[in-house]
Amino acid sequence: MSAQTITVEITSIAQVTPLIKHFRLKATTGGYLPAFSGGSHIIVVMRGQKRIHRNPYSLLSSPNRLEHYEIAVRRMDESRGGSHFLHDVVKIGDQLEIAHPVNLFGLEKQARKHILIAGGIGITPFLAQLEDLRCGEVPYELHYSVRSHEHAAFLQHLGTREATRVSMYYDNEGATLNFEELLAKQPLGTHVYVCGPAGMITRVIDTARSYGWPNSHVHWEQFNAPPVGDAFDVFLARSKISVHVVPDQSLLECIEAAGVEVPYLCRGGVCGFCHTRVLELDGELLHHDHYLSANERTTGKSIMPCVSRAKAKRLVLDL
Amino acid sequence: MNAIFKVNETFRNDFTFCNSPAAIRRFPLPFAEDEYMYSVNIEPHLPGPQGSVSEFAFDVDEHYVAECHEREIVLANEPLRFQALPHMMSAQWDCLELIMESLARDYPKHFSLSKRNNHWQWSNGPLNMEQRFTFGDAATLPRPPLDYITRQAQGDFVVMDQREGNLWCEAGMVTTQADWSLDFDMGMTFKEWHGPVPLAHEMGVFDRAIKFLLNLRLGQPVRRLNWTMTVNPRLDTSPENYPHWGPDRASVNAANAGDLVHLRVELQGLWRLPRSNAVVFGIRCYLISLRELATIPKWARRVHRVLKKLHPALVDYKGLTRYREPAIAWLAPFDDGSPTTPGTSPE
Repeated sequence: MSAQTITVEITSIAQVTPLIKHFRLKATTGGYLPAFSGGSHIIVVMRGQKRIHRNPYSLLSSPNRLEHYEIAVRRMDESRGGSHFLHDVVKIGDQLEIAHPVNLFGLEKQARKHILIAGGIGITPFLAQLEDLRCGEVPYELHYSVRSHEHAAFLQHLGTREATRVSMYYDNEGATLNFEELLAKQPLGTHVYVCGPAGMITRVIDTARSYGWPNSHVHWEQFNAPPVGDAFDVFLARSKISVHVVPDQSLLECIEAAGVEVPYLCRGGVCGFCHTRVLELDGELLHHDHYLSANERTTGKSIMPCVSRAKAKRLVLDL
Repeated sequence: MNAIFKVNETFRNDFTFCNSPAAIRRFPLPFAEDEYMYSVNIEPHLPGPQGSVSEFAFDVDEHYVAECHEREIVLANEPLRFQALPHMMSAQWDCLELIMESLARDYPKHFSLSKRNNHWQWSNGPLNMEQRFTFGDAATLPRPPLDYITRQAQGDFVVMDQREGNLWCEAGMVTTQADWSLDFDMGMTFKEWHGPVPLAHEMGVFDRAIKFLLNLRLGQPVRRLNWTMTVNPRLDTSPENYPHWGPDRASVNAANAGDLVHLRVELQGLWRLPRSNAVVFGIRCYLISLRELATIPKWARRVHRVLKKLHPALVDYKGLTRYREPAIAWLAPFDDGSPTTPGTSPE
């Protein structure tokens, strides 16, 4: 989406764990940033020397404090440049562009109880949601799993007020979260939310399903970084141009660099907004999104260019 | 807006409502061509031309005070025209903020809003109201937030919660509706709520609309026009009050259709709400009699042709069956067969 953006200035940068940096952003025009709900993310537009990066980051600051937004960025092992840019390039006082917040991971307002399960950097959307939950009357629990004490970002944010609501699990102490025990006996009307590594999300979904939880009560969010892959070529039928997709840029990024706009929201394979029709395919689509159903994948008629790629002699898209 | 509020006009009993020549010229005609069929005619709710109904987020026109009075009359008799389920409180505050901020920004001569943290002061000149309150604390307002602010706004409002990949109609203020009932539709999904609309479901209109609305973005509202017709300038054509207005349809003949039959246009706006992640659906009703419409020659020809060619299922759904013929007959002398220019402008 050629979304209008907000220009923000970085007002503080803090290394909160060996891998995670915390950023505070304020509007360059002064005044309040747009209100948002816990679980929202923003797309941060980073104009690097070689290319533009657009990455989604959950807002972790309080929805009640709009003088600034806060995000946390984990340095990715195989960084395509976005997390590297934020970790190593930007300084306090630099300006970035962000899009308005979007919430694809909101709390259910009718829930009788909320169970939040975080793994590592997956804590970020919950930090904002806890601000809302703290003011409400619905019971909630946070289960937060990290490698070790030094990786437990934002424990100080959780503060003493949350002490009775937060259970910590440190991998290096052998403390693991028992999903079966947690999900086996919850009152009707409980909603579970999970954000963390793919394996954790899968286990929560599978466990909930095995205990008969309705799908509507199980929520998860994981922004896939677009995976690195082999180069391939794509022809855009309506624009009548060929685009070469390089290994470390996504299909969406390469299409944008060629001057063609594709509507998007999350850029992480979640929202389905960049859904694109495949007109011709001689080869294989490499789907990395969480949006298309297994059936849709096998028909090969659709692709989410934000995270998915192809291994094909010929690929024609309806763009 | 420069219009003077017509504070005493009525939308019932003696029906003194009428449009000034300026109000006629800015009427949002929904027909860009000489025939009509459904489409997903959604466009960004960007500021339109100066003086047009889409110049601002919420249009305030010469009927503002009279429409607010009419709403009070309806609510005094039927308090359930406002409803909000308990989980919609944050969405109610979002709506109050959206409307207050918009009116104060767009009509500073008439409305003002000042804020010191959560301490807000609201002033509504046309209705002579002042209110200090604490944003987020419903006990500091005389009524629930959505009830409070929509009594000071033209048009109906439905607030939809978003969950399970769907939108649910779970709060609203509905007193100026074209024959549908908030009380009946509360708790329904967007598609269930629109269940009675013919043809559109089969055309996939609602599948596309819901997909679009689920991804509606903060700061990027959208709008569309919808239309029907009403006998007499009656805002409250509710199912609850059908005995009062249904029989009016039998009173229309080719001689009186120009004064009795009104084109009823809804300017529908949709906004994502920030704190609740809900969506508010504003349905603003504009009325114009065929006689007023016929003062614009192009519009008379166009509406005459649209009515003549209208799909039978739409004739029935819009409730025009009994008086479409007299309306066409009344408009016929204004249609000399000459072409109309494309688009909806008066010339």
